[in-house]
Amino acid sequence: MSDVPREVVLVRRGTYHDSVTLMRVSQALSGLPGVTSAMVAMATELNVSILRELGFSIPESDPGDLLIAVRASDTETAVEEADRQLTASRRSDPAPEHQPPLTTRSAAREPAGLVLVSTPGEHAFAEALDAVEAGLPVMIFSDGVPVWQERLLKERAEARDVLVMGPDCGTAVIGGVGLGFANVLRPGPVGVVAASGTGAQQVTSLLDRAGTGVSHVLGVGGRDLSVEVGGLSALRALRMLDEDPATELIVLVSKPPAPEVARAVEESLGRLRTPVVRALLQEGAPDLTEATEQALRALGRPVPEWPSWPSWPGGRPPAKTIKGVYAGGTLGAEAAMITGTGDVVDYGDDAYTRGRAHPMIDPSLRVEALSHTQDTDVVLMDVVLGHGADPDPAASLAHAVARAPATVVVALIGTEGDPQDLHRQAAAFREAGAAVFTSNAEAARHARSLL
Amino acid sequence: MTLLSAPARVVTVGAGLLDDALTAQAVPTVPVAWRPPLPGTAEALAKVLADPRRPAANELAAGRLTSARPQLVGVRRASEVLAEGTFLHAGPPITWERASGPMRGALIGAMLLEGLAGDEHEAARTLAAGGVTLRPCHEHAAVGPMAGVVSPSMWVFEVRDAEHGGTAYCSLNEGLGKVLRYGAYGPEVLERLRWMDEVLGPALAAALERTGPIDLRTLIAQALQMGDELHNRNRAATSLLLRELAPAVVEAAPGVAAQVLRFINGNDHFFLNAGMAAAKVSTDAARDVPGSSLVVAMARNGTDFGVQVSGLGGRWFTGPAGVPDGLYLGAYGPEDANPDIGDSTITETSGLGGFAMAASPAIVRFVGGEVADAVRATRSMYEITLAEHPAYQIPGLGFRGTPVGIDLTLVARTGLLPVVNTGIAGRVAGTGQVGAGLVEPPAEAFTHALLALARSVSESFE
Repeated sequence: MSDVPREVVLVRRGTYHDSVTLMRVSQALSGLPGVTSAMVAMATELNVSILRELGFSIPESDPGDLLIAVRASDTETAVEEADRQLTASRRSDPAPEHQPPLTTRSAAREPAGLVLVSTPGEHAFAEALDAVEAGLPVMIFSDGVPVWQERLLKERAEARDVLVMGPDCGTAVIGGVGLGFANVLRPGPVGVVAASGTGAQQVTSLLDRAGTGVSHVLGVGGRDLSVEVGGLSALRALRMLDEDPATELIVLVSKPPAPEVARAVEESLGRLRTPVVRALLQEGAPDLTEATEQALRALGRPVPEWPSWPSWPGGRPPAKTIKGVYAGGTLGAEAAMITGTGDVVDYGDDAYTRGRAHPMIDPSLRVEALSHTQDTDVVLMDVVLGHGADPDPAASLAHAVARAPATVVVALIGTEGDPQDLHRQAAAFREAGAAVFTSNAEAARHARSLL
Repeated sequence: MTLLSAPARVVTVGAGLLDDALTAQAVPTVPVAWRPPLPGTAEALAKVLADPRRPAANELAAGRLTSARPQLVGVRRASEVLAEGTFLHAGPPITWERASGPMRGALIGAMLLEGLAGDEHEAARTLAAGGVTLRPCHEHAAVGPMAGVVSPSMWVFEVRDAEHGGTAYCSLNEGLGKVLRYGAYGPEVLERLRWMDEVLGPALAAALERTGPIDLRTLIAQALQMGDELHNRNRAATSLLLRELAPAVVEAAPGVAAQVLRFINGNDHFFLNAGMAAAKVSTDAARDVPGSSLVVAMARNGTDFGVQVSGLGGRWFTGPAGVPDGLYLGAYGPEDANPDIGDSTITETSGLGGFAMAASPAIVRFVGGEVADAVRATRSMYEITLAEHPAYQIPGLGFRGTPVGIDLTLVARTGLLPVVNTGIAGRVAGTGQVGAGLVEPPAEAFTHALLALARSVSESFE
């Protein structure tokens, strides 16, 4: 066997796998001995251009085809491994004549209570509309859905009396069932309406820490409170929580709504019998942690100290700049507001997630960002736990944190019930030299204090 | 307003990771085996799906298709219903220049039968010169199997929809082997057609006057339960029809009754043409519903495969007809096969044929494959259809109704094309049938139709 890397690009016509699965297969291949570079991806325009940049020449293919591109000393073994992993990711058919549903419309022939859509955004509309037409509530995890489609879905949902959560709805909890990126939360009296997924995760994780659980977390998507969409889902979600016997207090988490929509929201809030705490993420308004504390006080419950783990003292030069390296957009915005620096990058933004998985699953962009820091930087970053998120973020990120020249402050968003083990994660990041906070606001204040 | 409670089951579509996250919480899921839509359709799909008329339009169209009550009311000479100087043919419009071997053969045969040419060469010259108007059967409320050529002295079944009042016609079946519909025009072919004109047609017409309307909806429903799928297997339906007709034929035409009944009995496909007229009258009931994406016709002329859509009137959307994959008679092989031909895909359009294969385990011996393939074919068609037929049921699937009402948007979304059972015609004019099998329609016929429907939606709202 020669050690000179050889290159192979295979086209599997009409074979589809979702981007998260493909990202994992690509990572597994890249980790094999003798593999210089490997990418397994659908032949979308974007992926083809990435592969060309990596120096691969791509045969004629269309976006419905799968590409396996490998540069390795033994390409055959790498391709075999790719096929093995792709086959393993397919569910086995119970019977040869079994026909899996190919559309949401078809799947909804069986009784179901909810539809969760996470296809690429340009294709999410058809599936979500199927759900609405079948009279089922739908959560659209996908981002990049055109706003006219969002508006239309929510109008049709009004007529069918169902809730559309999203698009770009990262988290929801309904009756204890976590959808998307969802923390494991104890049941309780607080209902959350969230136009921001990570914002809701911060509030509910802190509530959980304080011993207070949630009834439901209803995500509505980041654009719901815009003029174009008019808050249709937020208003519906507020009414639903108001009528819900388990909900004693509502927390509304959102960026400030468009002024026209804000009026409608305020009017709607005035009609509710259930008290509402607003976490609106604007200058002068309470941050997410303070809003959580307000909610606790409104329920007459004590506000605890939020757990944090200080860093080991290090011998770094005095810090000069804060660099935000965020996966959660709202958490990043909160950090920017508190630290007063605009140098916060949201790696969960559409611009970074097109054609690749969310940074809460795929750490590679943030690992790279950490390696480019200076020893006079303070890196402020979030690590979000829960179902759907990276099964062991410390394994993917702690090493990069340890090697980063910068001082690192981690906002660790999660609960003790989360599958990643909050305490183990905190210990691993602390071990890597970071200061760890469960409140993002406290993390941001700490970072600012280091300057 | 819906009360908030934990969903007992969640439909997941997209990233497997999010389905896994639910499974980890012990929540049952129904994962959709999603894949991207046919290339180039994403934008048109969104437009057509967003059309506020679509759900009601499709419900209406599918409802009309499945509630049609086709009845065989008569047998008539085509000259009574056909303009002079016109021949009908299968599939979308075709010219002599583009016509395939079997289509040309059948047209030549019709010229000879009608005495419009002394020999095949003269017939070909006249046809090439446009001496006869060629029109699709579908434009004249008719359908024809294989070449589907109908000329004035041929006889046609007349089927009426007792529910919606439509009428459809289909020629009488000549039998298997060297026959006009497969492009054969030898002396024995013409002799049989003349006998059908002089003896069979009048005898059946007289018999049907005695029987009164024969309920084809019930007959087809029974035949499905007896193992027919009504496209490539019509043995049970033919037997049932013969049973209905026999006493009346004996009474109406005692002198020729034995020949007539022997002819019908000798052709397992005799019912096919009556079934096609029943399918045509049913799908015609679903036509012209504005905003509907329901397919109302699929038909091939041996060169092109064409579809028509309820919301798009009489427009054809075509792609190249494929060569069927199947079993060949005697020494024939794939190199002898003509591209797909015939209006008989109207059976699939109405929820029979390939769509009802699970009802017909015996068919797999004829088209190749295993019984499980037949079941799989039918099950897959529920993914691209709007309804389950209330009367046409499949015993082996727990009497589930056959999948019926192909929706363009579902074809584009799933990339799944209609399953079509078909006979295979010889490539060379005059050869006749060379086999039978399955054929895949060209995706572009459906893609073109979807893009046109999207344009028509924009026109209605801009």
